[in-house]
Amino acid sequence: MTSINQLIGISLAYVAFLFAIAFFAERSAARGRGGWMRSPLVYTLSLSIYCTAWTFYGAVGYAARSGMEFVTIYLGPSLVMLGWWWVLRKLVRIGRAQRATSIADLISARYGKSNLLAIVVTVMAVIGVTPYIALQLQSVTLSLTVFSGPEGVRDPLNQASAAFWVAVGLALFTVLFGTRNLNANERHSGVVMAIAVESVVKLVALIAVGVFVVWGVAGGYGPMLERIDASPIGEWQMDRSRWVALTALSAAAFLCLPRMFQVLVVENENERHLQIASWAFPIYLMLMSLFVVPIAVVGLDLMPAGSNPDLFVLTIPLSQGQSGLATLSFLGGFSSATSMVIVATLALSTMVSNHVVMPVWLTTQGEGAQVSGDVRNVVIFARRASILLILGLGYLYYRVSGGGAALAAIGLISFVGVAQFLPALLGGLFWRAATHWGAVAGLVTGFAVWLYASFLPSFGPDAALSASVLADGPWGIGWLRPRALFGIEGVDPTVHAVIWSLTLNTTMFIAVSLLSFPSPLERLQGAQFVNVFEHSTQPREWNAALAASEDLMIMTQRILGAPEAQTLFRAEARRQGLSGHLPEPTQGFLQTLERELAGSVGAATAHAMISQLVGGASVSVQDLMAVADESAQILEYSNQIEAKSQELARTAGQLREANEKLTALSVQKDAFLSQISHELRTPMTSIRSFSEILRDTDGLGQVEKTKYASIIHGEAIRLTRLLDDLLDLSVLENGQVSLNLETGRLEDILEQAVVTARAGSAGQLDIQRERTNETQVLTTDLDRLSQVFINLVTNAGKYCDAQAPRLRIDVEADDVGMRVVFRDNGTQIPLGARALIFEKFARLNDKEGSGAGLGLAICREIMTRLGGDISYHPEPTGNAFVVHLPRDVALAAQ
Amino acid sequence: MSNQPPTPLFLERRSYRRRRLMDALRLLPLVGVLLWMLPLFWPSEAATDAALEPVPMSRAVIYVFLVWLGLICAAFALWRGLWSDETPDKDAA
Repeated sequence: MTSINQLIGISLAYVAFLFAIAFFAERSAARGRGGWMRSPLVYTLSLSIYCTAWTFYGAVGYAARSGMEFVTIYLGPSLVMLGWWWVLRKLVRIGRAQRATSIADLISARYGKSNLLAIVVTVMAVIGVTPYIALQLQSVTLSLTVFSGPEGVRDPLNQASAAFWVAVGLALFTVLFGTRNLNANERHSGVVMAIAVESVVKLVALIAVGVFVVWGVAGGYGPMLERIDASPIGEWQMDRSRWVALTALSAAAFLCLPRMFQVLVVENENERHLQIASWAFPIYLMLMSLFVVPIAVVGLDLMPAGSNPDLFVLTIPLSQGQSGLATLSFLGGFSSATSMVIVATLALSTMVSNHVVMPVWLTTQGEGAQVSGDVRNVVIFARRASILLILGLGYLYYRVSGGGAALAAIGLISFVGVAQFLPALLGGLFWRAATHWGAVAGLVTGFAVWLYASFLPSFGPDAALSASVLADGPWGIGWLRPRALFGIEGVDPTVHAVIWSLTLNTTMFIAVSLLSFPSPLERLQGAQFVNVFEHSTQPREWNAALAASEDLMIMTQRILGAPEAQTLFRAEARRQGLSGHLPEPTQGFLQTLERELAGSVGAATAHAMISQLVGGASVSVQDLMAVADESAQILEYSNQIEAKSQELARTAGQLREANEKLTALSVQKDAFLSQISHELRTPMTSIRSFSEILRDTDGLGQVEKTKYASIIHGEAIRLTRLLDDLLDLSVLENGQVSLNLETGRLEDILEQAVVTARAGSAGQLDIQRERTNETQVLTTDLDRLSQVFINLVTNAGKYCDAQAPRLRIDVEADDVGMRVVFRDNGTQIPLGARALIFEKFARLNDKEGSGAGLGLAICREIMTRLGGDISYHPEPTGNAFVVHLPRDVALAAQ
Repeated sequence: MSNQPPTPLFLERRSYRRRRLMDALRLLPLVGVLLWMLPLFWPSEAATDAALEPVPMSRAVIYVFLVWLGLICAAFALWRGLWSDETPDKDAA
């Protein structure tokens, strides 16, 4: 049999081994070679701190008492892991995005970084978990006593001092490896590695005992099953309400226990690890519970009646003379206890120092973060003091409770206590309308119910609550009996506490959330949490202009340490493209910085520290409105600028058009000048040459003289007409023409035009008119209109090349007034020339050279002056010139 | 959010399969709850009611652990189907 001293020696050697592992893990992590330590395997194994000494020893005892019910404690976490997609995925993503350091930090961050909420959660966690730590101390000392000798001769003082030394050792370990590095993400490679190793030890120990029991004692698988059925727990017995309630409770506790949050979320390096742990951790849990029933059955069979079933894992190997196996089993239980205590203490001390000690310290400093000195030392000191405080509380609790059976029941009671975080946690993850006051109300209500209905009665009658209160309720009010609230009796106490505390908690949480109104910061954080997969930017705003980089640098140095802070600031400065080591305090940088600091001191404290430097404690509604005002002004201003730039663009376009027009006009003017000189020179040339002939040639006959003189005369007339036309056009174009308004009938005007034209060149033209349509009376410059008509009829006479030239004049009414259409049956004007015929000097052919090409140009000018229009339309068998007369010209006289 | 691209109406076969695997993953814990809550219907009052055949403990133990094993295998298979092709190099980073 292993002596107690040997056992202590083995324990010390084991602890030294753990120290070494943690030390090397820390060192290789610091050198950046810790990749293998951050594997999914280590993550999965670290989750096994769920299995404490309570489950290591207690599960067998539980099975010996209540059969399969013990397994519900493992079913809940298995379901949570298998259903990781629903909750854990989001929880881990948010925890990483927000750099949450603890569950209190996460809940406080969700509800507007409220420190009140963080303190409430911290206090609840300390009250709920400290007895659990005491339970671990108890299990270690209890297991030690098994080796110390037969029952009845144990010295209780020895137990107490053993518990004390265990607590001291654990405190030392936690202080050494839990507060070594105050790094930004609050991860502890050494601790995680050590608990991963411990989890292997406890699994191996339990399986070894199980294998020994099944194949060594019972004689194999088949006989084992027979032995199970023949045992006192051989028939299926269950309390159905407990089966459901305990499964749900263990699932809730798995999510809410501070130590589980630490390993699940805070120590999570990679979300992929969670995916793997989703099936790997249920394997661990299954293996942990696989041999529980066989061990319990064999223990009930072998051990004398009345022996403690909680210690079967140790006493069976001892009774069979397997002291080596018993020692291994002891180490398994020791590992379960120590790993739980270390992580739970670490998680709780983080909460206590971040949410209680640091805010208090910052307040007492007055100037807050701007005092001189290294805040990092204060944080680390606070963390260490908190560790000692929590382990001290655990030890005190163990001593005060006397280590009796009351403590053994604390496991489930503790679960119910921490499960009170569930409504606030899940509500925060999935319900945007959940508010700070709702969370506070729910937590406080649930916690009060838990204290009253579960925690205080667990000490037994007359310990915390008097026997009369337990039996009859306070002041004799039966409805308030702690274990029969609202008069509902006969329910299992744990189920009763679970149902009432969580129901009232959730009800208050929802009701107060619905009634209260969240602050802006809360609403922003709520959106961040609930929609974490949609966007990961931080909407919180800092008025960065007020924060000087130097101040931020000084503060960061004091929290992260000088080299880390300088690296951070330099990296940011480089990212901003600045050469120095101080970056601009941009919004993005302040948010990054806040997250970095939050990793060390918690979200609420980091927020408070930065806000002291930056100015605004948080974003108030006024701030938001000011920002909105400012943006509205900026928007308006930019709209104005946009309008102006559009106006400029328009003006530039107009200028460009004008320039093009001027260029075109200049080209036109040049063309006009060359045309006019050509047009003037042709008759001038013939006049000059014929007058020279008349002057210089002797002996000209009378006939010839007359002929030459007539040519000169004709040319002179042509010249005069050209000049007249030019003058006319010039007057018309310059707009100097004064219209001589008269009233006359269209028929008369047309008649005059036809007669005039016939007198000229349109002699053979067959002109067809519909005089009944020409009865309109017009008020316009009749002479000018007549000039247009004459021109059109003359042109038809001159250019119509048909065998029997014909001109048809129609008068038609249209929607803008009336039109006079001149249709001839000549050859159509070629397509290319149609655009030119109204231009000056445009002539279709040079036959007869009779016109100067100004006629239609003049017509168009006249019609423009008269408010009408003239256009050309090709006809199937000829051409049509359409003269539009505006309505007022036609109507004015009617 | 309105500015998100609309969900495509039809998916290619591979991503369709992937989404159905995710559905299965989501349903898995519900299946677990269903199967593990099945013992609620086993006769528990057998000791007091002679007409009911009690369920032997060995069978109960085997049932609970078989369900456990089945769920783990299903979770593992789904994980293999969904993510095992991702490069594990990212872990080291």
